[in-house]
Amino acid sequence: MNRFLEQRVGFAMLSLAALAVVAPILLVIGAIVVRGIGAINWEFLTAVPRSGMKAGGIFPAIVGTLVLILGTSLAAIPIGVGGAIYLSEYARDTWLTRAIRLAIVNLAGIPSVVYGLFGLGLFVLFLQFGTSIVAGSLTLAIMTLPVIISTAEEALRAVPTEFRTVSASLGGTRWQGIRRVVLPQALPGIITGVILGLLRAAGETAPILFTVAAFFLPRLPQSAFDQTMALPYHLYVISTQVPGMPPQIQYGTALVLLALVLSLNVIATMIRSSFRRRRQW
Amino acid sequence: MPEQQNPKINIQDVTYEYDDGKPILRHVTLDVTAHAITVFFGPAGSGKTTLLRLINRLNDLVEGSRMSGKILLDGRDIYAPGSNVPELRRRVGMVFALPLPLPGTIRENVTYGPQLAGVRDRVRLEEVVERSLTQAALWDEVKDRLDTPATSLSGGQQQRLCIARSLALKPDVLLLDEPTSGLDPISTAKVEETLFQLREHYTIIVIPHSVQQAGRVADYTAFFLMGELIEYGTGTALFTSPRDRRTEDYVTGRFG
Repeated sequence: MNRFLEQRVGFAMLSLAALAVVAPILLVIGAIVVRGIGAINWEFLTAVPRSGMKAGGIFPAIVGTLVLILGTSLAAIPIGVGGAIYLSEYARDTWLTRAIRLAIVNLAGIPSVVYGLFGLGLFVLFLQFGTSIVAGSLTLAIMTLPVIISTAEEALRAVPTEFRTVSASLGGTRWQGIRRVVLPQALPGIITGVILGLLRAAGETAPILFTVAAFFLPRLPQSAFDQTMALPYHLYVISTQVPGMPPQIQYGTALVLLALVLSLNVIATMIRSSFRRRRQW
Repeated sequence: MPEQQNPKINIQDVTYEYDDGKPILRHVTLDVTAHAITVFFGPAGSGKTTLLRLINRLNDLVEGSRMSGKILLDGRDIYAPGSNVPELRRRVGMVFALPLPLPGTIRENVTYGPQLAGVRDRVRLEEVVERSLTQAALWDEVKDRLDTPATSLSGGQQQRLCIARSLALKPDVLLLDEPTSGLDPISTAKVEETLFQLREHYTIIVIPHSVQQAGRVADYTAFFLMGELIEYGTGTALFTSPRDRRTEDYVTGRFG
């Protein structure tokens, strides 16, 4: 085989591999859009479910998912970013910080159903939050923390040390340097990590199964200690637990969840690139 | 040792080493004169940069090292327990080899230090910006675009901005570590000219990026080799009539 042919065959194989990555994503999105788009209308998005969830809308589930994302952010962002700042800027390299890092990496590998059971044990039963938005949000936050901490720490470490030295040489305390020079430059990376973590939380079923999700609750949650419907769990319910469910509603629900997650993703990308244009190294 | 009229900084028997026992500085003693340019020079690894960074305690940021001896600024031990390190760094400014503007505009770079020190008054900050940039010989070039990003400046302008940024704090002492190493000859000349003008009001220590530059700017010259102070003299005497064989070898280009 001559080397030009070799080159061409190699190129073709690499292109195929790249296509093979993209194709399933396009097929999944395509199938859901084609079968679900017919279900989408104003009533579907803004009404409560009726007739054993076979008619009406999914409004409570949409609101529930948004509320859970908000609750998860409130708990996970301060703890996650704070932990990352500590690990990157303050912690010395000791066995303790190495153990913390190891724990974070391992936490990321725990199956989500285990987080669900942990949340049930700790928040719902032991702390007596009950099956509630608080319990669900905290469970999702714990699941999200490893992603937020590790991406945020990486983003902070990517800011060259010299910026910290310059800030110190101008009479800045360590915190002033972090607050005014390091954090702003690490922000795009931190935001990316936060949104990636929240996206995973938004789509999870298992962690909310025992901690917050309601099978059928055709009203909006009244307080943080109320149960709520949520899109992933609702999708699971209408796909497996309700006989004779019209497929269009199933796909329509999947489409709404997908659209929510993808639009968050797009927002994350936009924030990141607008920050990156202002960055200077 | 040259006769010291007016020592601003006393470095007394300073030894600095890393925990693995590698000594960086060995028993260095020298007095730095106020309102003059003192040059620290020597080959790479001679300890001159470390000594410079010890004078405003930037080496505090380096883990795993030990220092013994004393450094006095106006007669007071800057390593005394409980001393205010940010305050020391406001009095002893530092300019690094590579200009590194902070993210933000030209104006924000100059006001960074004063703002951290608690200056909020807009009028005062405006004065600081104009005074510092004028002192650093940059005002005329940037006065119409103070709110553009600092990174839009040329390398030479960025370095003078970094000098202005340090001057904004009205320091007593200005330390410069090879401030012209990344600059073209014209920018280098401008920075050197700036140093001459600053000498009147500040105590300046420069690590030059060449022996020639040392000769051009020095009022006092200290030659370092492998962590030791080999020779310390007035003006350029070191270059014309070195007393130590090792100094002569270095300045005549036999090594280094």
